[in-house]
Amino acid sequence: MKRLRLGQQEIVFTVFAVLFLVFSVFLHGFLTPENMLTLLQNVAVLGILGLAMAIVVIGRGIDISLIAALAVPPGLVLQMVQNGHSLPASLLVAFLLAIAFGLVNGWLIAYAEVPSLFATLATGLLLAGLGQAALFQLDVVQWSAGMDGFERLGQGTILGIPTSIVMFAIACVVVALLLRRTRWGAYIYAIGDNPYAARVTGIPSRPIIVLQYVIAALIGCFAGLVMAASVNSMPTRIFNSTLIYDVVLVVVLGGIGLSGGRGGVLNVVIGTLLIGTMLNGMTIMDISYAGQNLIKGVVLLLAVITDSFLNPRNEETAQQGDI
Amino acid sequence: MTRIGSSAKVAMAALGLAAMTAPALAQQGLDEPFQKPFREALAGKTVAYVPVAMNFDLTEGWYAGLKKELEPFGVKFVIRDANWNTNAGAQAVTSLISEKPAVIVVHNPDVQTYAKLLQRAENEGIYVIQINMGSAYRSSAFVGANWIEIGEKDTEAVVKACAGKSNKIAIVQGALSAAASAYTLKGVENVLARHPEIKVVSSQAADWDAAKAKAITQTVLKQNPDLCGIVGFWDGMDIGTAAAVKEAGLTGKVFVATSGGGERKGACELVKSGAFDLNLSYDVPTQAAQMAGTIKWLLSSGAKPGSIKGSEYTTLIPITKENADSQTSCWNLSDLKK
Repeated sequence: MKRLRLGQQEIVFTVFAVLFLVFSVFLHGFLTPENMLTLLQNVAVLGILGLAMAIVVIGRGIDISLIAALAVPPGLVLQMVQNGHSLPASLLVAFLLAIAFGLVNGWLIAYAEVPSLFATLATGLLLAGLGQAALFQLDVVQWSAGMDGFERLGQGTILGIPTSIVMFAIACVVVALLLRRTRWGAYIYAIGDNPYAARVTGIPSRPIIVLQYVIAALIGCFAGLVMAASVNSMPTRIFNSTLIYDVVLVVVLGGIGLSGGRGGVLNVVIGTLLIGTMLNGMTIMDISYAGQNLIKGVVLLLAVITDSFLNPRNEETAQQGDI
Repeated sequence: MTRIGSSAKVAMAALGLAAMTAPALAQQGLDEPFQKPFREALAGKTVAYVPVAMNFDLTEGWYAGLKKELEPFGVKFVIRDANWNTNAGAQAVTSLISEKPAVIVVHNPDVQTYAKLLQRAENEGIYVIQINMGSAYRSSAFVGANWIEIGEKDTEAVVKACAGKSNKIAIVQGALSAAASAYTLKGVENVLARHPEIKVVSSQAADWDAAKAKAITQTVLKQNPDLCGIVGFWDGMDIGTAAAVKEAGLTGKVFVATSGGGERKGACELVKSGAFDLNLSYDVPTQAAQMAGTIKWLLSSGAKPGSIKGSEYTTLIPITKENADSQTSCWNLSDLKK
């Protein structure tokens, strides 16, 4: 007889469902189609970043420099257009910068064998510093007339659905296809599950690790463009914020173990939905900032504690590198 | 210091001699007795500038303005960038106290952190000028905006725009730890106490972050589509607030009031586009000129640091559709840097 086992994914989904139900019953104006769309719209960028982080975490790494990839290349687009360059040329430069950044990350981790946490911590600082010192005139890069039309990437609607949600959905589909339908995706899972075994079986593990970080940087850049379009500016100071913790939270909360090899796009979606529901409900209730942090902390702790009670770690399930 | 003074004296004496030997072609000039001590008081002095961070319109504007005013007089202008790190800022002030510049121009991240340090600096004989965000210690001079006045004026405008409408308003605060945000909120409360008919449906902190401000405003607008006004605390953040209003198709129906340094792209152009209905500007170039004036006055007065204390609150420029096109309402950072 198979015992019903609740994994992190199911627990988080249950917490999300309970919260959603409670808000729907007790919170006037929560369960309306408009509010549901707003809820999703507010966490769309976080969700896109979660996808990038998921790819890296599944491959048993972590990318702390993701926020730099979100802030600097899109900021460069806005700055270049402000300085009179054309939009396509600026976009091209930004994408090349993101690719180069991913290559540096990947090379450091795959070939120089620097642990991903330290490598990306350093490269993130480097890229953000480069942006501040050499690329941008001001922290907040303003929209200029040359960018007109591009704001549709983050504003307005497509078939009644806010564009940023559509962008999140597209990113979900692309990443899901990559992870589940391509050979590269299978390799990423194999490397995350057991890097040594993967290498022995002939998987080109080093190039695949580089690929992970390049894809992550490109997705980060895409998320930044959506964000810039959505708020009509690029606040590059966002690198100093705690956004990266939220991204890690979405991934881990959704059930993608930091030990690698497990999870997928669905986990990111669930993690994003939980965060989105909490934020939206608390904003409607007009809870103070300190109160919001308290509630967020308690809910997340509960989810993690429940998981460790239902799925205790032992020598068999624990993996090396498990945080 | 004394060497510079004596060599200047020698130079002046030589000049005087030259003037005497020159043939009296015209009526003799009259020596203005105070300009020489003034020049001597400024030449070779060091002014240290400690902003919370560089790279944004306010601190870049002050920097450029001070440099332009002081460097021609031989003042050495040094900068210690705290880069949003309160500890780094406190360390910078501490090490400046031992380096003994003549003046420290400081931009406080909060009311408490630097207060004791600034008092020590003045006891050590360094003039302290606090800008825009003051501390609990009152130093030789404060130059900056009166946040309570900003909160009051923004709220009054929103209340006026709400007359005959739903009377529902929202408040988008900055970061809770920042004095500027807390003081502005006090100003908002002062006005709301006189207007019990106004209902605040949301009052949340967006951490000076445009994306957060947009998320909060979107949710609030969905719940209260009949909202009549929003009081925002900084234009750099309220770009997000305005984007949410625009996306909801409520531009012109929801009155957005905010404040900022008055840089053209961040202030006038956004008022012109209809994103903001009112942007109270604390005109950074004027503030910089006032700071420079205060530094000149203090250095030439010879007053003991900490023995005289005064404030120069900025006269606000309300930027609305009427004056957003004018050349003088806003300033360009690129012009100031020239």
